[in-house]
Amino acid sequence: MDNWRKNPVVFWLLNVPPTFWLVVFFIVPLTLIWVLSFGEKRGVIDIEITWTLDNYIRALDPLYLEIFWKSIWMAGLATLACLIVGYPIAFAIAFAPDRWKALLLLGLMVPFWINILIRTYALIAVFRTRGYVNFTLEWLWERANGLLSWIGLGDWHLLGMRYEPLELLYNNFAVNMGIVYAFFPFMVLPLYANIEKLDKSLMEASLDLGAGHWRTFVSVVFPLTWHGALSGIIIVFIPALGAFFIPDLLGGTHSELIGNVIERQFKSANDWPFGAALSFLLMYATFGALALRALVAGRKPGLEV
Amino acid sequence: MIKRCRSRVSRRSFLAGTGAVAAGLTIRPKFSWGAEAPELSFYNWDIYIGETTLDDFKGASGIQVKMDLFADNDELFAKLKEGNPGYDLIVPTNDYVERMIKAEMLTPLDHAKIPNFRKNVAKAFQDANFDPGRKYSMPYMWGTQGIGYRKSKVNGVPDSWKVLLDSDEYSGRIALLSSASAVIGMGLKYLGYSYNSTNPAEIKQAEELIIRQKPHIKVFAEDNGQDLLASGEVDLTMEWNGDILQVMDEDDDIAYVVPKEGSVVWQDCLAIPVGAPHPDNAHRFINFILDAEAGAKIADFIQYATPNAAARKLLPDDYNNNPAIFPSEETLARSEPEIYTGEASQRLRDEAWTRILAS
Repeated sequence: MDNWRKNPVVFWLLNVPPTFWLVVFFIVPLTLIWVLSFGEKRGVIDIEITWTLDNYIRALDPLYLEIFWKSIWMAGLATLACLIVGYPIAFAIAFAPDRWKALLLLGLMVPFWINILIRTYALIAVFRTRGYVNFTLEWLWERANGLLSWIGLGDWHLLGMRYEPLELLYNNFAVNMGIVYAFFPFMVLPLYANIEKLDKSLMEASLDLGAGHWRTFVSVVFPLTWHGALSGIIIVFIPALGAFFIPDLLGGTHSELIGNVIERQFKSANDWPFGAALSFLLMYATFGALALRALVAGRKPGLEV
Repeated sequence: MIKRCRSRVSRRSFLAGTGAVAAGLTIRPKFSWGAEAPELSFYNWDIYIGETTLDDFKGASGIQVKMDLFADNDELFAKLKEGNPGYDLIVPTNDYVERMIKAEMLTPLDHAKIPNFRKNVAKAFQDANFDPGRKYSMPYMWGTQGIGYRKSKVNGVPDSWKVLLDSDEYSGRIALLSSASAVIGMGLKYLGYSYNSTNPAEIKQAEELIIRQKPHIKVFAEDNGQDLLASGEVDLTMEWNGDILQVMDEDDDIAYVVPKEGSVVWQDCLAIPVGAPHPDNAHRFINFILDAEAGAKIADFIQYATPNAAARKLLPDDYNNNPAIFPSEETLARSEPEIYTGEASQRLRDEAWTRILAS
């Protein structure tokens, strides 16, 4: 494109669709919401734009800051879990024989062909009191008890009188599991892309020169692949921060996240200006995180977004 | 028996449709001056009319009814917001009746053309807080919010909000609706106040009550309390009667009761939207529906509570005495429909609800 000045017509024509897209589907709606965040409610339907800051001041109430903080904490925890589980899996795929690679990647992606809402409902069937995890554990409990009876220890009730189902659903654990499950591939794919490109001879050299596996990972592999990890962290953390239907469906009485508060402002509470202000605060926080990433990553070559 | 499988999600999003982008068409049929053509366009919920009602009406009046279906109040509201696309008769729920009156979307009714209203409808339904004097709406069917429970796991009949809101007897086995208006409203009811209270001190008291009870509540359910009850996840749930009726069909161990402190009642109403091409025919059809025999046929088929006292006399005991359809007269007298209480009060309730969830 170094000679685009010679063909300005072609250049501008090529730019029409992306510009149209950016303006109509991004800038215009975002501006509308931004303007709305300076509005005041006047009645059931009427909103007057008065450029008041009341919505933002209200959003900075400790009540909402606490929920913000909780959301950041939950999203961070889920991201960390994705990272810890994602690294070995990305490694396994990257080092698998070529004919397995495609299959393994497919295995990672296929669940994504199913709507996220349906997959979240499926998690309910897995985790609930009379769900598949508890059914499996109960079956194992019965087998173990049978074994104990068989060796003559049945009267001692070593495993309790009856199986007590685990409470896996309707708590923050379930919400975290839901978020991890929903966004896990977003972590694995950029990691995989980076590890794939890693020069394997560097690892062999490290191992040959006497470094252990852990040392090799910390000193060689991680510094060479952490851009992938950073990308994964960003694209898992940001949607996790705005999650609302996962806590709605899987959460208990203590699982309200900022996404739920925003959703309610646009629905049952019918306070669009306040919802808009909360959304923009969330977006500013996201911009902050992205800026931090740019700062940390610097302008080193090989940066993957 | 087929029952209308009706999502009450829309009820939670009270007022949510205000911002919905209207999908309304602006094609209006030509107005015919003078006598109306013998036709009527009826916009109704699915499985919400008698099997033969439309044919019976045609036989009695010669008017051909064409029925379209909507899925929830938001859809109905959005369709009519930008102008009536040609409907003569609609069936909004009480909170939407109120909104549509405020937005001047309904035509005043001529009570002289609906003699069956005074003659057949129960006294309790001849007036309404959401439509004083029933100038714009006629009652069609109604229902309640109450407690669905598993009989084998609960001692006796849990006929007080106390078991859900102020007791550890069923700790960890309770689901409440995830709805500010329902949970705070029932708290207010239990404390002896109005469901629609706008008094900040009373709302605060209800908030504190729920926060105290929180450790014993398993989940604020997203309108799936009946599934939680059916799958054994909880043994008591706050729900709409229609939802519990569905699972009662499949599971004899499930029952429904409206607590003695009273509850919230919903009411689906017949109303004529502004711009209806055949208002006279609509009046005739309303009068026909409020007839004893026609009303009885509808109620017998859809199994919802009818406000038509004359129709109830024609119906069997297993309908009239079903506590999941009809609460007792005293309980009903203590219940009230939800009304729009203004922006300040809406905000008060939403903030209380946020604190309840965050605590």
